[in-house]
Amino acid sequence: MTLFDMNTFFKLSFVFIPLLFIIGFYCIIITHNLIRVLVGLELIIKAVTLLLVVVGYTTNHTVLMQSYIITLIIIEVVVIAVAAGIVVNVAKQTGSLDTRNLRTLKG
Amino acid sequence: MKTYFILLLLMAICSLWAVMRGSLIRAAIALAATSAVLSIIMFKLVSPLAAVFELSVCAGLITVIFMSTISLAQPLTYSEMIERSKARIKRFWFLPLILVIFAFLLTLLAANLNPPLIAPETEKNISKVLWDIRQLDVFGQILILFTGIFGVIVFFGNFDKQGGTK
Repeated sequence: MTLFDMNTFFKLSFVFIPLLFIIGFYCIIITHNLIRVLVGLELIIKAVTLLLVVVGYTTNHTVLMQSYIITLIIIEVVVIAVAAGIVVNVAKQTGSLDTRNLRTLKG
Repeated sequence: MKTYFILLLLMAICSLWAVMRGSLIRAAIALAATSAVLSIIMFKLVSPLAAVFELSVCAGLITVIFMSTISLAQPLTYSEMIERSKARIKRFWFLPLILVIFAFLLTLLAANLNPPLIAPETEKNISKVLWDIRQLDVFGQILILFTGIFGVIVFFGNFDKQGGTK
């Protein structure tokens, strides 16, 4: 039982998921702001989550994919929380959120 | 199908907004909007439990984490922000151009694609999948959560001692 025309659905997803990934990746490599790096990372994770949903729907394994997505979301939260802690400490140490200040780190 | 296209387009616009906006708080709000649209897509694609998780955790908790990070990290003043946003726009104006080129190329590639064959669903009960089939993974997730909690205590606790926020 499918809600959509599967062929068009698959093609639309094939176009939009890489675009989301590109937005996140471009943000990570271009920006100099640590918080914006996290935003880019989040967008890449969103693209992967959408890919899992689409794969689950296309192959008719939505239940299994939901359990994978829940795992992914838990890992995402942990990564972002720890990274946020690191960003706060870096901002406190260097006085800015600029990634170029991290080049002077030693040890 | 039109709804699905509109939702995907909305998600792409929200993510582009999150990347290109000058204010970090507005970027965090745009990210939450992206999560909200993704959760609507999940509901449409028959994944309600994942959609609830996405909406509550990604659009809720992660936005709170971003907001607290922005407020604790004391980012730039308003005048500094305007000054830097001009330099940032120069770096980011390529992005819509790149997206248009990739969208065109991917549309050309997608013309010859066929969806995979639909397999019969093996399990219909998500609690059975989580607690029986992927039991070890659930314990792994609990360990990851504790690792995250430990990491947050270490990093934010260190900040409290040095920064004297208490």
